[in-house]
Amino acid sequence: MLADPALIWAYLTQGPLLWLTLTLIAYLIGDAMFRAAGRRSFANPVLIAMILLGLILIATDTSYATYFEGAQFVHFMLGPATVALAMPLYDNLPRVRRAALPILAGLFAGSLVAILSALAIAWGFGLKPEVLASLAPKSTTAPVAIGIAERLGGQPTLTAVLVLLTGVFGAMVATPWLNLIGVRDWRARGLAVGTAAHGIGTARAFQVDPTAGAFAGIGMGLNAVLTAIIAPLVLRLFL
Amino acid sequence: MIPALSLILAFQLVGEVASRGLSLPLPGPVTGLCLLVGCCLVWPGLADRLRPVTQGLLAHLSLFFVPAGVGVVAHLPLLRDHGVALAAALAGSTLLSIAAGAWAFVLIARRLGDRDAG
Repeated sequence: MLADPALIWAYLTQGPLLWLTLTLIAYLIGDAMFRAAGRRSFANPVLIAMILLGLILIATDTSYATYFEGAQFVHFMLGPATVALAMPLYDNLPRVRRAALPILAGLFAGSLVAILSALAIAWGFGLKPEVLASLAPKSTTAPVAIGIAERLGGQPTLTAVLVLLTGVFGAMVATPWLNLIGVRDWRARGLAVGTAAHGIGTARAFQVDPTAGAFAGIGMGLNAVLTAIIAPLVLRLFL
Repeated sequence: MIPALSLILAFQLVGEVASRGLSLPLPGPVTGLCLLVGCCLVWPGLADRLRPVTQGLLAHLSLFFVPAGVGVVAHLPLLRDHGVALAAALAGSTLLSIAAGAWAFVLIARRLGDRDAG
């Protein structure tokens, strides 16, 4: 005699195994679709996985807290992955040193304008302090942004969504926008995109030009550090 | 893999202790990142030992965003209520930031007589 499927389902939905497995499968499906779409920015694997898992949670009436009990093992890896960003930064140190001053100028301008203009626009629309705190680090890479938002009193999950949307938007507009404003230096283009749109912008820069990609990686890595320092200071202007 | 992963976790742990103990403005993992760059400069062999594992972690960096990203489900009402404001803030600031960063880089590179600056 077969056991009642409802009982098996009830057992599985309460443990971490089901949601951990589904998170990995959803990511693999998203990654496969991204490759099938010719690695174009509109087929972002994280966005696809988020939509798949979101639909499953809504269809099965599962709370995000229950889902997160399984997914927290994947979430935990954001910390070690952030530490691992040290390696591309270390590997590119000679290039960084040669263009140190332009890099610092572009980094400070891009980072400060990203935080200041996002908060000014959101403040102008009358958004709550909690949302402003979640928005402030949106241009930096997700593991760092989440850490910064937690410290500022924001909502980490909202920050993750805003970071992702910023990255996808930046990757989509970077090439036509930089052409329009007349910047042709690949180092400048890459650094600006990595600073404004973190890893997703960096991936896009690598598709266009290897020099732009390397400098985007530098912009992303350095902005992770700079945003952690200046986001709390800029946020104070709006609270 | 386990020795390299242990080292990376140890850097995160030390970073976490340093950030909280010294009240640094950096989250623990970012402090760990800075410490790791510093230690690689002192002992270049460390970078070679860690590289395979860091490459593995960074190759699937996007996977680690997924659990927090699924939290959009919990924020659907907020995104619906403030959709226009958040879209304006994200789009406006991303365009302004790219322009500011690229122009600042080119301006300083030209001042320094860098012939690559276009």
